[in-house]
Amino acid sequence: MTDATATGRHLPDRLDNPLKSAVVSWESLLVLVALGIFIGNSFASPYFLNAWSLSDLTFNFTEKGLIALAMALVIITGEIDLSVASIIALASTLMGLALQFGADTPTLVAVGVGVGILCGAFNGFLVTGLKLPSIVVTIGTMSLFRGIAFIILGDQSYKGYPKDFSWFGQGYVWWVVSFELVLFLVAAAIFYVLLHRTNFGRRVFAIGNNATAARFSGVRVDRIKFVLFCLTGLMSGIAAVLLTARLGSTRPSIAQGFELDVVTMVVLGGVSIMGGAGSILGVVLAALIIGLVTFGLGLLNVPGIVMTIFTGALLIVVIALPILFRMFRERRG
Amino acid sequence: MNRVLKSREVWLGLAILAVLVLVTLRFPRFSQPSNLLTIFNDTSILMMLALGQMAVILTRSIDLSMASNLALTGMVVAMTNAAFPFIPIPLLIAGCIVVGAGLGAFNGILVWKLDIPPIVVTLGTLTIFRGLVFVISGGAWVNAAQMSTDFIQLQRGSFLGLPILSWFAIVVAALVYVLMTRTAWGRAFYAIGVNPTASVYTGIDVGRTKFLAFVLSGAISGLCGYLWISRYVIASVEVASGYELTIVAACVIGGVSIAGGIGTVGGALLGALFLGVVNNALPVIGVSPFWQMAISGAAILLAVVLNASSERTKGRIILKKAEVAA
Repeated sequence: MTDATATGRHLPDRLDNPLKSAVVSWESLLVLVALGIFIGNSFASPYFLNAWSLSDLTFNFTEKGLIALAMALVIITGEIDLSVASIIALASTLMGLALQFGADTPTLVAVGVGVGILCGAFNGFLVTGLKLPSIVVTIGTMSLFRGIAFIILGDQSYKGYPKDFSWFGQGYVWWVVSFELVLFLVAAAIFYVLLHRTNFGRRVFAIGNNATAARFSGVRVDRIKFVLFCLTGLMSGIAAVLLTARLGSTRPSIAQGFELDVVTMVVLGGVSIMGGAGSILGVVLAALIIGLVTFGLGLLNVPGIVMTIFTGALLIVVIALPILFRMFRERRG
Repeated sequence: MNRVLKSREVWLGLAILAVLVLVTLRFPRFSQPSNLLTIFNDTSILMMLALGQMAVILTRSIDLSMASNLALTGMVVAMTNAAFPFIPIPLLIAGCIVVGAGLGAFNGILVWKLDIPPIVVTLGTLTIFRGLVFVISGGAWVNAAQMSTDFIQLQRGSFLGLPILSWFAIVVAALVYVLMTRTAWGRAFYAIGVNPTASVYTGIDVGRTKFLAFVLSGAISGLCGYLWISRYVIASVEVASGYELTIVAACVIGGVSIAGGIGTVGGALLGALFLGVVNNALPVIGVSPFWQMAISGAAILLAVVLNASSERTKGRIILKKAEVAA
């Protein structure tokens, strides 16, 4: 199936049985991995299987996961946005600045989200308006956005966010279900519909598979890419609100390194880094897996820096395994 | 003359000169030869790393793991020196290059044999290598007291009026220059960057060439591991954290095209020097060092805008020539 020469001219009468293709899909592999880690965790630590533990676990991935949802669409179109963590830093800093001028909670949220959208629009303009490669543009804006945060804040920090503002990061909607988790699930549902059930989503895939062909079939490639960068900025702005509310303070170094975690989530979720393929379900599962791994290791007192070995290795192994498997099968067949 | 004016190295050189002149107008001591040599010496490590990154970027790849490779090799060599101070330094340096090249080869194998996109591979090894620094050191630091005198002093010695560290940069730059312009290997880097398909038909093994580029960037990272540790006299998990993007920035500012196939040794060196000069000038003119990050970000964006426009005109000129010929 993978190689045209291997299958020759034979055309199957019908597609694979949907049940069969669901069973052998990337997502089901991720479910297995997640289950494996879940069971492993519950054996490894007696504190794991507890409603509040599991609730705390979700905070490990909700903010990054929110960004990963939008990042998945950007990567499917063949672009990338490495500036997301710096957008968080800038949005959080400007929220802190607004706080110094006595902004109330709705204003703070508006500032955070607004800064996010503006930063995303700036990226989008550079990539689509000036036709620059997104990886270089966002490496540049990554320094620029966080750099502005450093100019404003230096080695200081903003504290003293209002109580009702902290609810966004620390509040619970019902029992152990946090506001962050609910927001993540709602966003995931919206992105699922957007990518898999609308014309817009079809066009996103079309651009990733062949941007030129997409343009010739009437897809406004640049406009869609611009919208996606704004969307990623928006999600980063929302993540900035949640993270700032959860931590209760802003430093320019906030969310340092998030961009790589987000990209890891997206790629682990089965989105092709070359563009053109991927699913929201995969990204959600990948977010869950990374949350499970880091939380489980945390319960075992594994230091954070060592956890990064596991996420890094997970990224490479999960990508390499299917390739190795395919090579092995081709060699035999 | 026209060619000189169009060359990006000339423009970048002029930009650096402009910064120097502007700062010197207010602070005449800034452009004293001794201070310029200091800036060159301060930038030596970045220049070498940028050359390694350039080789990788030329092949349409990217190596995000260089800073982590540097930190890991640096920790290995620092711990080795602390445990066995009698091992001669040249042997340690050779060891660094081998370890670094080995880590680079790990990236390269994954890119070559498994065909995983380089950005994914090196994103993974970026975190793995840095995590390993913690694992082998247990989170502890190796400080000046634990390092041998030779280990710290070697690069501080001077030869013909230049610090040894600067000589390292000069020798590495010369070697990479010869490699890029005088060998089939260097040709291959450019060839697969410009057109991988055509390269295959001319008999270049694309995967193997990428592998070699990663080995080269790894070897340079390893060498810089020793140089960094002995310069700042501390080995810790945090060494050069986040530096991978500064290295890419130096390349981009130096006119290395992220799409592959375009870039020169001179450009990469000047890109690194530009960042070095700006970072050195900021405290002199009384700007808070907190401005550094935003300025280098703006410089990257400006450089990429200029790169894009110069690459575009190039394409048009070729077309025009073809029209004339036809």
